[in-house]
Amino acid sequence: MIRLSATPFDPQAALADFSAGRTKVGAIVSFLGLARGDVAGAEALELEAYDGFTEAAIAAAVERARSRFLLLDAAVIHRVGRIAVGEPIVLVLTAAAHRREAFEACDFLMDYLKSDAPFWKKEFGPDGPRWIEPTQRDLSDLARWG
Amino acid sequence: MARVLLFGRLADVAGWRERAYEPTPARLGQLRVLLAQEDLALGKALEGPGVQAAVDKMLIRGDIPLRPGAEVAFLPPMSGG
Repeated sequence: MIRLSATPFDPQAALADFSAGRTKVGAIVSFLGLARGDVAGAEALELEAYDGFTEAAIAAAVERARSRFLLLDAAVIHRVGRIAVGEPIVLVLTAAAHRREAFEACDFLMDYLKSDAPFWKKEFGPDGPRWIEPTQRDLSDLARWG
Repeated sequence: MARVLLFGRLADVAGWRERAYEPTPARLGQLRVLLAQEDLALGKALEGPGVQAAVDKMLIRGDIPLRPGAEVAFLPPMSGG
């Protein structure tokens, strides 16, 4: 399941839904990202996506994770639009028979979302808005997966 | 008519997010020339590092013909999560 949400989402409810009725799954890993104020006084982020294109690109990354890590299922919820500092911005859930695959797939998907998924992020701080682009750290995190 | 979409800082550089071009330029390269003639700063930004183009929601490297009604998006470096 891949969802872009223009309004706040409930991570606990999403995890409960994702976990319900599983019989072959032994491990679910969840990653919850919060909107962080990078500079003092930052109030909000604004995230832009490209309708249709962004969902398809995330779905292709989930398929890569599925074959690479023996993943049984995955869900991605990503906020778009204006997000207040402290609010959940992204939730990645991965389900596998064993924990290692679930951890690695979740890590892989987050590295993808951080540096390669079609989102554009603007931070509203005390000095006005500025666009955030992937950091060197984000790019080297992504490069770990080859 | 070609529909042109700008994302992220490209929309700030141009001062617009979506525009229609009539008639549709024959090739992506011709659309780039047209955009740069209209707005030198946008033309430069489109050639900047990490800026990608998508035609009908498919990433394109290099130049391709545009069908009438094509949707062309210019995508600066991406950053989510």
